[in-house]
Amino acid sequence: MTEKPKFSMYWASSCGGCEISLVNLHEKFLAVAENFDFVFCPCLLDTKKRDVEEMPDGSIALTFFNGAIRTTENEEMALLLRKKTQMLVAFGSCAMEGCIPALSNFHSREDHLRTIYLDNPSLDNPDGVLPQTMFAVPEGELELPVFQDKVRTLAQTVAVDYFLPGCPPESGRIWEVVEGVIAGRPLPPKGSVLGGGKSTVCEECARTKDNKALARFYRTYEIVPDPQKCLLEQGLVCMGPATRDGCGGLCPRVNMPCTGCYGPAEGILDQGAKMLAALGSVLDIGSYKGLSEEQIAERANAIIDAIPDWAGAFYKYSLAGTILGGKRR
Amino acid sequence: MTRKISINPITRLEGHGKIDIFLDAEGNVANAYFQVPELRGFEQFCVGRPAEDMPLITSRICGVCPEAHHMAAVKALDRLFDVDPSSAGRRIRELLYMAFFVTDHTTHFYALGGPDFIVGPDAPPAERNILGVVKKVGLEVGRQVIECRARNHRIIQTLGGRGIHPVAGVPGGWSKAVSEAERREIEAAARANIEFARFTLKVFDAIVLQNAAYRELIQSDVYHHQTYYMGTVDEANRLNLYDGQIRVLDPEGGELAKYDVADYTRHVAEHVEPWTYLKFPFLKRVGWKGFRDGAESGVYCATPLSRLNVADGLATPLAQEEFERFREAFGAGSSGGKRQPVHHRLATHWARLIELLYAAEHMLELATDPEITSPDVRRIPERIAGVGIGSVEAPRGTLIHHYTANEKGVLEKVNLIVGTTNNYAAMSMSIRKAAEKLIQAGRVVEEGLLNRIEMAFRLYDPCLSCATHAMPGAMPLMVQVRDHGGAVLRTLRRDG
Repeated sequence: MTEKPKFSMYWASSCGGCEISLVNLHEKFLAVAENFDFVFCPCLLDTKKRDVEEMPDGSIALTFFNGAIRTTENEEMALLLRKKTQMLVAFGSCAMEGCIPALSNFHSREDHLRTIYLDNPSLDNPDGVLPQTMFAVPEGELELPVFQDKVRTLAQTVAVDYFLPGCPPESGRIWEVVEGVIAGRPLPPKGSVLGGGKSTVCEECARTKDNKALARFYRTYEIVPDPQKCLLEQGLVCMGPATRDGCGGLCPRVNMPCTGCYGPAEGILDQGAKMLAALGSVLDIGSYKGLSEEQIAERANAIIDAIPDWAGAFYKYSLAGTILGGKRR
Repeated sequence: MTRKISINPITRLEGHGKIDIFLDAEGNVANAYFQVPELRGFEQFCVGRPAEDMPLITSRICGVCPEAHHMAAVKALDRLFDVDPSSAGRRIRELLYMAFFVTDHTTHFYALGGPDFIVGPDAPPAERNILGVVKKVGLEVGRQVIECRARNHRIIQTLGGRGIHPVAGVPGGWSKAVSEAERREIEAAARANIEFARFTLKVFDAIVLQNAAYRELIQSDVYHHQTYYMGTVDEANRLNLYDGQIRVLDPEGGELAKYDVADYTRHVAEHVEPWTYLKFPFLKRVGWKGFRDGAESGVYCATPLSRLNVADGLATPLAQEEFERFREAFGAGSSGGKRQPVHHRLATHWARLIELLYAAEHMLELATDPEITSPDVRRIPERIAGVGIGSVEAPRGTLIHHYTANEKGVLEKVNLIVGTTNNYAAMSMSIRKAAEKLIQAGRVVEEGLLNRIEMAFRLYDPCLSCATHAMPGAMPLMVQVRDHGGAVLRTLRRDG
């Protein structure tokens, strides 16, 4: 009997949703177990880091690495799994582009520590105690890891073979990739995105566009949108035009805008810049005719000011670096 | 010579953790520290974001229980935007939440905590997992578990937009109505869930309760702690997972407090230790007295066991029956008008399954409520009140979101107390006690020690992803045994 190829899944700085999405393959999860020797996954299995260290280099056929890189520990695990793995996949938005936790890169490390340990409404910390990387308790010393200043992507840390987008990747798309590997289907060139489309979320959204110009933006709590029409044309900042397809256009189906979790669409370097261009093309310029330059600027500002956090809207998932942006060393 | 044992990382939990156990000169446990070497930064990096983004952003605290964060966030937003959700909107939220509880508790029993009982605490580590469970109970049962998770995740996607990290929660209600066809599917799923929950209780009964060794383990002093208990109850003091008042009972069963979550800072405060990134919430009125049991110590617990301890009953018939059987089994009678809490921590596994049954029954009530298909799912807010505090019972304990926003609805301050964090002190004590009982005169039983110590925290179903919402970064769990010169004698590392 030939040995089954080894498969591992690891979480670095992550939420666990990627693991749940794998388990949500449901009955196909058993097929994964049949076709692979599932050797390492701290969420689900009791195997240890030491066991991985003892494996020969390159002996794991496939690793889904999720989570971003924030600590030296995350980095060590990325290096270890890179060494042991033939096909290393940056799995999910955190590993691929930083995801929502990378919004932390807008803030300093010190601000984080102050907010968490020194200044919040339920705190009882009169002596201003802060966690220490090395602390002597009566019985000995205890260590904590040091945090790096910024969130990085996996590809900014080690060479990555493929990228699998989504927060989390949809189970159906994960299965396509796993099934392809099982069947030995040829893979695209290294560095490609797997489990995503080549177009935008708009392509898979059933809503109708009437190319109507947009007079103002609304925040999601302000309006009940028409269930049939394009959300962007109704004034909601829907990231569909700048975002890779692959999810099935799920959020617009429940009347909520796409927030961009599948990352920039194929061939786009910067999701925010692409979105800005898309907004420029729907804004209502016509009604500005006959106004002075100042009045136009005032109107434009009023439109723009309706959304208080453009950076957070445009780069909610991609702040740590687009795939091509901060990439492989 | 003191020695130190490390377990790193602990496994079959959500997130990362590490245990350091120090031994004294005689080889007995001098102390044990449960460190959370991970920090993320939600409380800080949410500042400057539009408040209405919080249900979406905070669900990324945890991909295992995003629905809990999503719900606590929308409830905080109801108050921040001063809008009462429409009746249908509220019911849809609760319906999704019950489907979530069914799948989450199922995942814990069969994939995370259950393998210790179903496959056995001494089974080889390579078998002690969900695949080992399927092997032990048979493919047919495995299929039922898979189907249960599948149908409930499908409902979460139907109602919430996505199966993981739902998006449909808005201040004032829900962004999508339920069609009659969807309602029928949900009703059928709820009926199947009830059968599944009853079946799972039978599995628990047959494998755990009918096994003398397990019964002894559950009743043993290793896993016994007398602390305060917290949970949310309705107006009749019955368990409520979505809404109600937070009730705290003392170790004897007397009511210490019952309050609206808006008053939480009067009741709960967080203590900081320099050797861990996670804070220790405690009861303010009692005070922080360190890692101690008893009525003088402000340590409390917020788990399925705690919720059953603070509840006078359950609002659905089958779960109520099981609740009574549960209390009777532990001799948790009444004295002086007070009901005695159950202090056996491993009973949390049973309590979780009773909640599973309750969630399934309540899901059916909601799915057959005529109002559930009403198109009136949301109300548009008319003003920004500025402060919003909301809570739910997350599977792992009372979850509180507290936001302050400016006049544009942009966040200025965020404070989160999550389910698992409530139990941090109690978990630390349980780990220490298990270590004390299991390591004596220097005897180190490597695999058994590891796993039985892990069982002491795993019963809490800790979600350290949730607990470490504080700053991006993660680390796994380790137990180190050190001598008293500080030399590491043994490191047990799970990874991580």
